[in-house]
Amino acid sequence: MATVVQPPEHKHEDPSPAQQHTGGGGFGSFVPTGGPLKTLGDPSQEATRTGIWVGLAAITMSFAAFTSALLVRQTTGSDWRHLTVPPIVFANTIVLLASSVTLEIARRRLAAYARHESADRAAPLRWLITTLLLGLLFVAGQYAAWAKLRAEGLYLASNPNSSFFYVLTAVHALHVLGGLGGLLRVVAKLRNPVFSLRKSTMDATSYYWHFMGILWLYVLFVMWIKL
Amino acid sequence: MGKLFAIVITVIALACAVPIITHHWFWSDISFAPPEDISTHGHAIDDQMSDTMVEAGLSFLAAQILLGIFVWKSADRKKDAEIKTFPGGAQLMVIAALVLVGTEILALGVLGQKAWANVYFKAAAPDALQVQAQAGQFAFYFRYPGADGKFGATHPDKIDEGNSNFFGLDPANDLESRDDIVTGELAIPVDREVHLMMHAKDVGHSFYVRELRIQQDFVPGLDLAVHFTATKVGKYEIVCTQLCGLGHYNMKAYLNVLSQADFDAWMKQKASEQ
Amino acid sequence: MSETAVSTVQQHAPPSSFIRKHIFSLDHKVIGKQYYALALVAVFMGMVLSWLMRIHLVWPNAPIPGLQFLSKAGAPGGVMTPEYYLSLLTMHGTLMVFFVLTNAPFAAFGNYFLPIQIGAEDMAFPRFNMMSFWTTFLAFCILVTAFFIPDGPPISGWTAYATLSAVGPDSGPGEGLGQTLWGLSIFVFCIASLLGSLNFIATTLDLRTKGMTLARMPICTWAWFITSCIALLAFAVLMPACLLLILDRVAGTSFFIPAGLVISDHLQPHSGGSPLLWQHLFWFFGHPEVYIAILPAMGIVSHILINSMRRPLLSHKVIIYCMMAIGFLSYMVWGHHMFVSGMNPFSSLVFSFPTLMITIPATIMTLIWLGSLYGSRLRISAASLFALGFLSMFVSGGVSGFFLAQPSIDIYLHATYFVVGHFHMVMGVAAIFGIFAGTYFWFPKMTGHMMSESLGKLHFWLTFIGTYCIFMPFHYLGLAGNVRRYSAFVDDFLVPLIPVHRFITFAALFTGAVQLIFLYNLIHSRFRGAPAPANPWECTSLEWTMPSPPPFDNFGGKHPVVYHDPYQYGVKSSTGDYLMQDSPEQAQT
Repeated sequence: MATVVQPPEHKHEDPSPAQQHTGGGGFGSFVPTGGPLKTLGDPSQEATRTGIWVGLAAITMSFAAFTSALLVRQTTGSDWRHLTVPPIVFANTIVLLASSVTLEIARRRLAAYARHESADRAAPLRWLITTLLLGLLFVAGQYAAWAKLRAEGLYLASNPNSSFFYVLTAVHALHVLGGLGGLLRVVAKLRNPVFSLRKSTMDATSYYWHFMGILWLYVLFVMWIKL
Repeated sequence: MGKLFAIVITVIALACAVPIITHHWFWSDISFAPPEDISTHGHAIDDQMSDTMVEAGLSFLAAQILLGIFVWKSADRKKDAEIKTFPGGAQLMVIAALVLVGTEILALGVLGQKAWANVYFKAAAPDALQVQAQAGQFAFYFRYPGADGKFGATHPDKIDEGNSNFFGLDPANDLESRDDIVTGELAIPVDREVHLMMHAKDVGHSFYVRELRIQQDFVPGLDLAVHFTATKVGKYEIVCTQLCGLGHYNMKAYLNVLSQADFDAWMKQKASEQ
Repeated sequence: MSETAVSTVQQHAPPSSFIRKHIFSLDHKVIGKQYYALALVAVFMGMVLSWLMRIHLVWPNAPIPGLQFLSKAGAPGGVMTPEYYLSLLTMHGTLMVFFVLTNAPFAAFGNYFLPIQIGAEDMAFPRFNMMSFWTTFLAFCILVTAFFIPDGPPISGWTAYATLSAVGPDSGPGEGLGQTLWGLSIFVFCIASLLGSLNFIATTLDLRTKGMTLARMPICTWAWFITSCIALLAFAVLMPACLLLILDRVAGTSFFIPAGLVISDHLQPHSGGSPLLWQHLFWFFGHPEVYIAILPAMGIVSHILINSMRRPLLSHKVIIYCMMAIGFLSYMVWGHHMFVSGMNPFSSLVFSFPTLMITIPATIMTLIWLGSLYGSRLRISAASLFALGFLSMFVSGGVSGFFLAQPSIDIYLHATYFVVGHFHMVMGVAAIFGIFAGTYFWFPKMTGHMMSESLGKLHFWLTFIGTYCIFMPFHYLGLAGNVRRYSAFVDDFLVPLIPVHRFITFAALFTGAVQLIFLYNLIHSRFRGAPAPANPWECTSLEWTMPSPPPFDNFGGKHPVVYHDPYQYGVKSSTGDYLMQDSPEQAQT
């Protein structure tokens, strides 16, 4: 029976001395106290990046399903009533896109910090918090859009157009809230005097957030031409 | 134990084949054969089925018996017995599958397309008998247009089963509905094409008559129809095959294929009963 | 992908508390066992439900002792009502398809063995993994709650077609809160499944150890990986569908409900929706789902067969390509569930071609399995018997699919017991045999004890014969036009078929009872089975390089280095006729 065979010149890539320290319990990260952001050799990099792309693929598929439901529904009933998208929605769009800009600024500044090109951790943190606030503003603005529709007497079940408006914007907003959670986590890590934010975490959170913007543009486009 | 496997699987395979070949449940007179086809389009379906049965049946038997043979020969061999590779290897298997299955698919696909087209891609003849069928929890009702040849309008809010107004007709205000004939059985004349318009009252149902080789769902909100010609006088069951609620198992009506004379008499009688 | 060794994304220290070790564990091995346990509970529940259904079909007026305690309204005096039959039918299907067939071969064995077989210490995201399981458990609890509400579980089947499922309590008993709970349970299950698939994909792509190229992954690893890709996209469509269904039910929307419906004398206040839309969304998920159920079993059976035959398959690359082809084609065929549904009949023809085409990779795989048996040195064990049984069942079930793939034949066979026989053969038997094979094969590794081989073989023989006795006759009944989902057979043409149903019921009760042998073997061996060595089957993949059961961190902090493909059998080496994947030794010619 074969037991564990020790190959003669067993060479495994030792994680760098800094990484051999494992964190505690389930939330352990690799980066020990005061170290720079991992750029090369960040062992979590690949998996986290794959993970976020896979997650975004699933979200895309869900919205594809909603889109096909919308397209089919338009042809099956004679009750398709044109819906005027509340103007605040366009302002919300600008807010969301702006938040992507601020997030990118934060991300690049942080990368510079990690490469020791800059000693300023506070500036990226400010840009991140701005992103968070813009995100919250977006959600609040969506809520205002719903309030406007309600004021016009258009509720979830009023007609299929309003149904899809509420469903699409609400599902998107829920995913945005999830993204806000991710941003909060990054902010918390940055505010901790012990620097423990991995590049992969920052990147994954950013990709997700940018995707929320792209997804929103798509939803807006569909609603504009179809509803 | 490999030999036992081979024996058991061969016995099982052959046993499975018996009811297919005899169309009967072993030692009883319970028949599994589809009932006699009384439609004009059904022979194509039946031919398709028997072609498929031959190919599927042979594949089934061959695979199971081969499995048995290979297990018999390969099980419990000596520890250092030589390992042999099936001549042709994986390449042969890929080619065999592509050729065998590919040709089967082509043949059956092309033939099947004709059988399907016969049912669905031909429009009903302009002089077909127009009948409307309504499926609702848990009964079928049928409506004939009556002497004026026109169906009256239906109003869901006027449906009143207690007073036998199953279709929600409004004879008081709608002239065309006054002579409509509503029945619980579908009577049709033999050798005459029937155009059956299908309406679902509440949930999904289905119209299934085995002898006619017809099955079509009733879908709420959709105006569907089937057309067919029955070639043999007799009484046949129409059963619901789309799960529609607690009474689904009991939801049925009779298809009564009558000679033209009997059908005319039946219509006259029904008209007087309305 | 680079060949460099990578350690896990988020290492976690060994847990110390009982809760951390056995309940809220981050260890993929514990999570795999938890999924297995949940599947075991679900399968016994589903099996009991099927007994109740079979008994009622043959003796519809006989009281079933004790049933009135499960539901006073559903079975007054123990006599099952027609609606309760449909409730049990719905729950049977839902439990089996979701909580057994998606859980056991995929989530349970995949979670346990995927990381190990690729040389990783754990899944890429252990916290997500733990969340996946507990979310699945939550979905299970929500579903089971439907048994205990006054109106009972839904009656619309696991397929929950609108408008029966969408309009609310008017359409029947169980269509109130019961149906909503069902929708909620499946929605939550989708979340769990998506998280799980994400983990599998990231782990497979990024956590392979040095030397473990994609080509060197065992077939079962490939099967889990392909399945997780299918599952990711399929469950992402089911979620919106369930959401829209729930909204139609509770919020008054009309996604699936058209105008003018009169149900229980009420004119329904909806309009404009399409019942076919539900069918399209559901089956777009539903067809890939059945391949999610069978693909892992194909992988597990391949892996076990190769080990038992002591030789590689004729080509394991072709098998993997076939699994990919099946996965890809599975997204193009959903309309074959809807041939007579009222959709455009031209679409039916369009769907039938990819449906028929799936036969090709399935046949290639079958021929390769069969051809590999030729000239092999087959070892008979409980595991290999079930693997061989899988082959037999897969052929039987596949062959009936050939009929149903043709729309013209489907006109006659749709919604008959022929369909029920088909999917039970492939899912209810073949996939389950895959689970049994995996259990007998991997139990020693997972628990450190051997199962009783003689009980296992007895379990196989009785189950093999028993399941043929149950499900083959379904096909004959279908050919006679026996309609499905009927709670009783009262039609003129159905009454003469009842004796056949009686035979099936006896076979079902017998085969069900036989499963107690398995349960006994499982439990008894867990505590009293002979101690298992590290590699009792002389198998080459990485899980057999570690002790039984494996230590907490799998490879003891070191990363294995892989030198071979996983099927070095029939070679001469210092270990015998095989070479472990991590052995630097080359085969002696």
